[in-house]
Amino acid sequence: MTQRQPLSHLDWLEAEAIHIMREVAGQCSNPVLLFSGGKDSICMLRIAEKAFRPGKFPFPLMHIDTGHNYQEVVAFRDKRAAELGERLIVRSVEDSMKRGTVVLKHEGESRNKHQSVTLLEAIEEFGFDCCIGGARRDEEKARAKERIMSFRDEFGQWDPKNQRPELWNLYNARSHKGENIRAFPISNWTEMDVWQYIEREGLELPSIYFAHTRPVVIRQGAIVPVNVPLVSGELTNLPKAGEEIVEKLVRFRTVGDISCTAPVESDADNVAKIVVETATTTITERGATRLDDQTSEASMEQRKKEGYF
Amino acid sequence: MSAHQVEDHGLLRFLTCGSVDDGKSTLIGRLLFDTKTILADTLNAIEKTSQKRGMGAVDLSLLTDGLQAEREQGITIDVAYRYFSTGTRKYIIADAPGHEQYTRNMVTAASTANLAIILIDARKGVLTQTRRHSKLASLVGIPHLVVAINKMDLVDYSQEAYEKIKADYLEFAAKVGIDDVRFLPLSALNGDMIVDRGDSLNWYDGPTLLEILEAAPTAHSEHAEKFRFPVQYVCRPQDSANPELHDYRGFMGRVESGAIKVGDKVTVLPNGLESTVKAVQIGGVDIGEAVTEQSVTLLLADEIDTSRGDMIVKTDEAPQAVKEIAATVCWLAETPLDRARTYLIRHTTRDSKAKLTAIDHRLDVNTLEKVPAEKLAMNDIAQVRFKLAQPLFVDPYQENRATGAFIVIDESNNNTVGAGMIQ
Repeated sequence: MTQRQPLSHLDWLEAEAIHIMREVAGQCSNPVLLFSGGKDSICMLRIAEKAFRPGKFPFPLMHIDTGHNYQEVVAFRDKRAAELGERLIVRSVEDSMKRGTVVLKHEGESRNKHQSVTLLEAIEEFGFDCCIGGARRDEEKARAKERIMSFRDEFGQWDPKNQRPELWNLYNARSHKGENIRAFPISNWTEMDVWQYIEREGLELPSIYFAHTRPVVIRQGAIVPVNVPLVSGELTNLPKAGEEIVEKLVRFRTVGDISCTAPVESDADNVAKIVVETATTTITERGATRLDDQTSEASMEQRKKEGYF
Repeated sequence: MSAHQVEDHGLLRFLTCGSVDDGKSTLIGRLLFDTKTILADTLNAIEKTSQKRGMGAVDLSLLTDGLQAEREQGITIDVAYRYFSTGTRKYIIADAPGHEQYTRNMVTAASTANLAIILIDARKGVLTQTRRHSKLASLVGIPHLVVAINKMDLVDYSQEAYEKIKADYLEFAAKVGIDDVRFLPLSALNGDMIVDRGDSLNWYDGPTLLEILEAAPTAHSEHAEKFRFPVQYVCRPQDSANPELHDYRGFMGRVESGAIKVGDKVTVLPNGLESTVKAVQIGGVDIGEAVTEQSVTLLLADEIDTSRGDMIVKTDEAPQAVKEIAATVCWLAETPLDRARTYLIRHTTRDSKAKLTAIDHRLDVNTLEKVPAEKLAMNDIAQVRFKLAQPLFVDPYQENRATGAFIVIDESNNNTVGAGMIQ
């Protein structure tokens, strides 16, 4: 009997994530890693470096761009992929709209959930048999039961009542042609783990994660950024008539489609301060910032069944 | 590490099991709530739901209700994972349902846990389900069992009731060979003896549930195990612009047990060739040595043709290579095991075709008796034998969970249909 110091929790989580990524590389013939430029996928890239360097990644990176992403995040996405020397594929919801496969109910509708359509189109275009994503089980109730290797049928659908049992660390990423696996290496990480990892590894992030001043309005209790410039320079999220624009010191806890991601008030301008703030916050990540998850109690489950990651 | 984090005692994975009404979800809700893991908006949402359902107090069990179907039926139907942290240790809870038909979910949840909390309703005592859960937990090799006698508030916090259940359980445990077991009384509803001691159980002087969890050894830290390194992936960056990498051949995998350092003599299975470890790396950076559960890359002094599915071990402690296995199998699929069919067995990173040759007996999970069996249906647990097309490098499950475990895959739909533990 020898008593050894166990791995620290971050080392353990990192080792598990590396193991999962290598299982994808070993089991799947044509995987892809979804990279948005957000904090979770930035951690995923570091894990991929630790898993595969000095080799190249055995998969390209892909971003499903809603066309409503923050300039800073899009620029960061491109810069990071170039630094790593890895191939970045971008597929756009706006192209799906042009093709007529995505139809918005109204012009201002959030494009977030429509990413599913574009994702499925890209999977078909490239013949990907596995998409590696940065989703975490602590994000949302429906995700708490998601497998690490999650099977999707030919229509990209997730069937929560008929998931493959997942035992030990023996992952089953097998699929037939046309079917798809979604792999989630950081399933067991919490928001706190992500920030601690970013701090430990000294990872660079898009600037909007740190406290900055921007024009916002208060809409139904949420801070909504307004007059946000798109990559094209055009402004989006215009204020509604009668809304009062105020300048606030804010940061984003989560980054997604501009139309559905709200910042929080914060003066945390470095990672160490964000770690402290995360430790003492009273609102969940999605509760604070994702306007789209609150529509109904089961909205994430619904979207996942339809092919959302 | 940030300044406010004093110590890191690693990560403990544990499992909670109990009957439908033992208050398991309430216990988990209570752990999350009392460790301040529940944030205001989540609490708000469950307050609203509690009111909608006409309940007076906030129903903490709602925290673990994940899926729509469960919310409709008011029961937990699949394994859910929950997280909390005490500042010194991170926890992953696998919440396994208590119904008989969901044995497979409990085996799934137990497979990654290092500790199990078995809940008993103080009014009901040791039930068939208690025995079944305990047996399953011990079968899946969970080293530490904690028997939590809940709902003490409903028996007036009676020490006598507690001692009676404890005695009953110990009698059963001795019969089935469970030896590492601890007991504590609690009330999940009122929060007694979970994180706080409360005022009602002053006759109990043992640790609270959280104190037990904080002190429990994390996975794999207890035994000095033999070095086992299944190769997941081989890194050969020949086409790199860097000429130093032209001969680079890195064997990537996770140290499933034991430890390895530069200079150790190793054997690569199945070809049996020997070499020494030239480097241990993470992400191309030398780290010199690696321990259990670390994901690393090994470089060997000699050029040995190695691919995914091979296993690197220390030369003087090789496992057996077998083409037939005797194992305890839990059947997970709705379609029963078909003796005429060929299945795929996945063991570490290695796959082999397999065919059932015998069912020695089935375990009746209610009576815990061995009964003869001709077939295996969902949730059945049995002693079986398979013959294999390819050799596997195995250790007995009781000695090594990583190299003693396998899953059975149905190649027609790629489902995971069975879970096996090698004898």
